[in-house]
Amino acid sequence: MKKSTKTLFNIIAVSIILAILIFLEMNKRKFSYDISIIERSMIYAVAAVAMNLTNGFTGLFSLGQAGFMAIGAYTVALLTIPVEARAGVFYVTGMNEFLSKIELPFIPALLLGGLFAAILAGLIGIPVLRLKSDYLAIATLGFSEIIRSIIASPQLNMITNGSYGLKKIPRFSSIFVPIALCCLCILIIVLLINSSYGRAFKAIREDETAAEAMGINLFKHKLTSFMISSFFTGVAGGLLASYMGTIDSGTFKITLTYDILLIVVLGGMGSVTGSILGSFLVTAGREWLRFFDQPLKVGSWQVPLFRTGFRMVVFSVLLMVVVLFYSKGLMGSKEFSWEGLVRFFKNLFTRKQKLNGGVSNGK
Amino acid sequence: MGNNVLRLEHCTMQFGGVVAVDNFSMEVNEHEIVALIGPNGAGKTTAFNFVTGVYEPTNGKVFFHDELMVANHPAGKMKKLYKGDPDQICEKIVRKTPDQITKLGIARTFQNIRLFKALTVFENVLIAKHMHAKSGLLKTAMHLNYREEIQMRKEAMELLEMQNLAAYRNDIASSLPYGQQRHLEIARALATNPTLLLLDEPAAGMNPQETDELAAFIKKTKEDFNLTVFLIEHHMDLVMGISDRIYVLDFGKMIAHGLPADIQNNDRVIQAYLGVEENA
Repeated sequence: MKKSTKTLFNIIAVSIILAILIFLEMNKRKFSYDISIIERSMIYAVAAVAMNLTNGFTGLFSLGQAGFMAIGAYTVALLTIPVEARAGVFYVTGMNEFLSKIELPFIPALLLGGLFAAILAGLIGIPVLRLKSDYLAIATLGFSEIIRSIIASPQLNMITNGSYGLKKIPRFSSIFVPIALCCLCILIIVLLINSSYGRAFKAIREDETAAEAMGINLFKHKLTSFMISSFFTGVAGGLLASYMGTIDSGTFKITLTYDILLIVVLGGMGSVTGSILGSFLVTAGREWLRFFDQPLKVGSWQVPLFRTGFRMVVFSVLLMVVVLFYSKGLMGSKEFSWEGLVRFFKNLFTRKQKLNGGVSNGK
Repeated sequence: MGNNVLRLEHCTMQFGGVVAVDNFSMEVNEHEIVALIGPNGAGKTTAFNFVTGVYEPTNGKVFFHDELMVANHPAGKMKKLYKGDPDQICEKIVRKTPDQITKLGIARTFQNIRLFKALTVFENVLIAKHMHAKSGLLKTAMHLNYREEIQMRKEAMELLEMQNLAAYRNDIASSLPYGQQRHLEIARALATNPTLLLLDEPAAGMNPQETDELAAFIKKTKEDFNLTVFLIEHHMDLVMGISDRIYVLDFGKMIAHGLPADIQNNDRVIQAYLGVEENA
């Protein structure tokens, strides 16, 4: 495929997406449900791409996502809830006096959220990154639970409002804010992955001993990757806070980490576009399957199993099927390309012809 | 001491009570090819790893260009267990990690090839250029270091062309034939701009023809890059063909060293390799 054709395709794709977004924005009321799915997918995509940076590209199996997202989310929430609304939010114990006067615009708060997450990642990374594979996963998982418990603890009622959660977090003014921010975050991570540092990360993933013999300081590079990933995870958390408007410590349970991990594995470890694709499939897929949760009657016969919770059973089965057929995730470690798309459809077509006994190359 | 590049002084390595290397001293002079040989379990790889930073000797010093690179003395439990020469215990402790050692100018290859398997041939070599990059993380991540990046790519490409690997540049490293993988590993080591090249059994798993090619290749590379080479090897043909000097280890002790011709006729070496003649 020629370069000019590709550019043309890219321009067309971007304009179609933009047109859809503008259309949705203009009919906000009618499509609020679809908008919320798109926004959630994009936010999860940022978290998934950030997770891919450590897990897929640097080979560090870290499961601290929920913890870092909690830090980002609480930072953004505490700094952006309007001062006049705070008394109502902290109705039980009142808010810490010093904190109650600080209010920041959304973007600085978001950056600060990411920064706190990154600093904390640096602090826990120093001891924890000496561990390998599963042990690292367990340590980071534990860390994320600690963060959640600390946030929920009654001793911090004046700061985090303990288990009562935070409300009245300003929502996004339009669909473009979260989408633009998410695209920017993903773009930065992609640039990093394609740089000399990204290559060093991949070298560490492939073979630590060899990477070290190539003069790559393992610890420094692992820590860099871990901190940058945590920064963007924190930002994703901040975006999630603004998206949901209400958060509490229960939002950031281990299941959130598993959701992100699921997206990364489904999309393919080491594929950014895979993570984005996975994020949309998982988030939207869960919504599409909602009809399994409603009782279904055929004539006068009540179909068994169709009740609340059945959706997740179907969803899990579908996931297992996908993982069985695409053991390396949908994209493997490849990235999206127009050639790949064309090849995919060609294969699909020729395979069908073969199955029908037709001649596959008789074009 | 003159122009020696690498010098080991009274190195001893003990794993608990087992002495793997016993009071071993050696030196590698500039532009030499020096081989370390010995039967299996003689302690070659252990001695080699003092230089690569994988092991620290229990006691002993390693100098690189007459500068102290590694030094250690028995401590803790080892104090009681230490079986080496008590007069040679050194005082200082100097430690270097493998990446610091590479930065000093010592490059190495591995016994069981360790390429970055899923990456392309070009990327494999390009990664070795990363440590010389001066731009910071932010600049690199935002691709503002394009001048440096172009320079890195140019150097890596030149190296591939020189090693006749340019045709494979976009191939995945693990898809190369075995001999070419060895070749690539050496090219990758050269990309770190070393003055000393360490080869860990470079001919392992090669057939006689490939071994001959490798010998010529090592000699040529040494000339082209103005290198000093230190290698461990089992293939006697290769060792005898290219080495300037040879050290022989057996059960951790140095039993001989000298020119290839002397080693070939040394009775102790023949005994160590073939056993003592009994029924001949």
